[in-house]
Amino acid sequence: MTGHANAGRPNQLLRNLHSKIASIPMILTAVVIFLGGTLWTVFYSFTNSKLLPRLTFVGLDQYERLWSAPRWLISIQNLAIYGVFSLIFSLVIGFLLAALMDQKIRFENTFRTIFLYPFALSFIVTGLVWQWILNPEFGIQSVVRSLGWSTFTFDPLYNSDIVIYGILIAALWQGTGLVMCLMLAGLRGIDEDIWKAARVDGIPMWKTYVLIIIPMMRAVFITTLVIIASGIVRVYDLVVAQTSGGPGIASEVPAKYVYDYMFQAQNLGQGFAASTMMLITVAIIIVPWAYLEFGGRKRG
Amino acid sequence: MAEVVSLNNPSVKTGLSTKLAAGPRGKKPRPMFSPRNIMVYGALIFAAAYYLLPLYVMVVTSLKGMPEIRLGNIFSPPLEITFEPWVKAWSSACTGLNCDGLSRGFWNSVRITIPSTVVSIAIASINGYALANWRFKGADLFFTILIVGAFIPYQVMIYPIVIVLREMGLYGSLTGLIIVHTIFGMPILTLLFRNYFTSLPEELFKAARVDGAGFWTIYFKIMLPMSLPIFVVAMILQVTGIWNDFLFGVVFTRPEYYPMTVQLNNIVNSVQGVKEYNVNMAATILTGAVPLIVYFVSGRLFVRGIAAGAVKG
Repeated sequence: MTGHANAGRPNQLLRNLHSKIASIPMILTAVVIFLGGTLWTVFYSFTNSKLLPRLTFVGLDQYERLWSAPRWLISIQNLAIYGVFSLIFSLVIGFLLAALMDQKIRFENTFRTIFLYPFALSFIVTGLVWQWILNPEFGIQSVVRSLGWSTFTFDPLYNSDIVIYGILIAALWQGTGLVMCLMLAGLRGIDEDIWKAARVDGIPMWKTYVLIIIPMMRAVFITTLVIIASGIVRVYDLVVAQTSGGPGIASEVPAKYVYDYMFQAQNLGQGFAASTMMLITVAIIIVPWAYLEFGGRKRG
Repeated sequence: MAEVVSLNNPSVKTGLSTKLAAGPRGKKPRPMFSPRNIMVYGALIFAAAYYLLPLYVMVVTSLKGMPEIRLGNIFSPPLEITFEPWVKAWSSACTGLNCDGLSRGFWNSVRITIPSTVVSIAIASINGYALANWRFKGADLFFTILIVGAFIPYQVMIYPIVIVLREMGLYGSLTGLIIVHTIFGMPILTLLFRNYFTSLPEELFKAARVDGAGFWTIYFKIMLPMSLPIFVVAMILQVTGIWNDFLFGVVFTRPEYYPMTVQLNNIVNSVQGVKEYNVNMAATILTGAVPLIVYFVSGRLFVRGIAAGAVKG
């Protein structure tokens, strides 16, 4: 496979030369940007860089400042709430929809098209639509009030206590279709005989799902979980479009903190420290998964 | 052939007759309106209505005049259909200083999306090909870094890229943004192409090698023509992904090159002036139109693309 097996042993570097030349963009991206860039950011998070990166080390100062900044703490809290609910609801809704779709229904394609179309839209579009629907003056709140329930209040985007749930609603609308698709693929991968056996034994359908099918779909659930989770940590555009972090700083998220400190507040050190924290969060999710998935079988 | 038929027929017949004699087998045909069906379809239709609602609200709002929006509710269909908001959104909506509408953002997005898609797919397909058929020492290591890199939050790598682009004199330009899209599209696309090329029969590659074809000849003469479906999948993935991008557009370009998503956000969330919700919704639909059209036209291929590209988030 790997080029000629020459007896004369030519220069190792020249073997498979075209392939190496063709891979230069990949090598550069992997080494310079992904590896180098990440290390660079982590490295400079220990400096007091302001407008420009500077090499004056201040130890963990940036992290101390980060973890005592109310805005960062709110960002983390929001991310936690958003993350937990987003995981639970997307898995539950996605699975329920997939289970419904798997009942040998008619118009399956139509339903799938409907559930999945929001995923084709950008977070900006999603955020703006839901901003409009949740608008208290014209949206759901005003519609319900005009039906006669005049004290009805539903203004998540203007109430700092529940604003993150307003964002969650939009995120779930956008993302559950994807989860449904992944789950449906998982359900279709299960042997029909399992269903037959369960039916013969007279196990009710919901029990078959809970006790047999879901445990069998462990791999699909884990993959989906990792996909959703790494998306959660990145949530940025949706917040920018829907609330711009408001009211006040009630709906700030870490990714926005990073952007604002790097490109608006000219406080690079804070931005680097915050993005390093994001990296650690992702590592906490990815490393155990990668270990479970690939660690056992082969190394490297 | 005839013999086989004559041999088989009697047994088929007897099989059929015994089956008929034994009574109906297999699943009982379900009546259309069984309680179970009503529940399944009821739930599905309810969910579908929920998913369609925002699209409906967008369209309906964009076709109303402002007075009607102030009076009515957002779910009611327009009494008087007007296309004024669409025209305004396209050609004269304001973002802070200038008032030339979304059209500029649209053309910027076109100028970003087309070259980014072409370049990223060209590079990633060659990477995938090299990884599948011409593996060299260390190739897998680079590939692993690339895939792990797909999970690293963009925020971690943005600033180093800003510096690199600034050194190259490309920061703020369209070329710079195209490079960025190529970089961040690379993990998933390379994976996509590598897996596809690996699944092609190896004999083809070996035969071509025996005939003396080299790296590029095999790529252009054999791999490329055989892989059109995967190129289409990659194209769908990239066009929707790049069109929908916001972060890179806002970080790596100057305001005159802002892509449509950034401009849309600036129009809708601008604090100046009276809010024109109908114009905002028309602008939102216009921005969502391109990926939606790609989605509706491509159908199953889109599903295939996201199954592979879901990691990109």
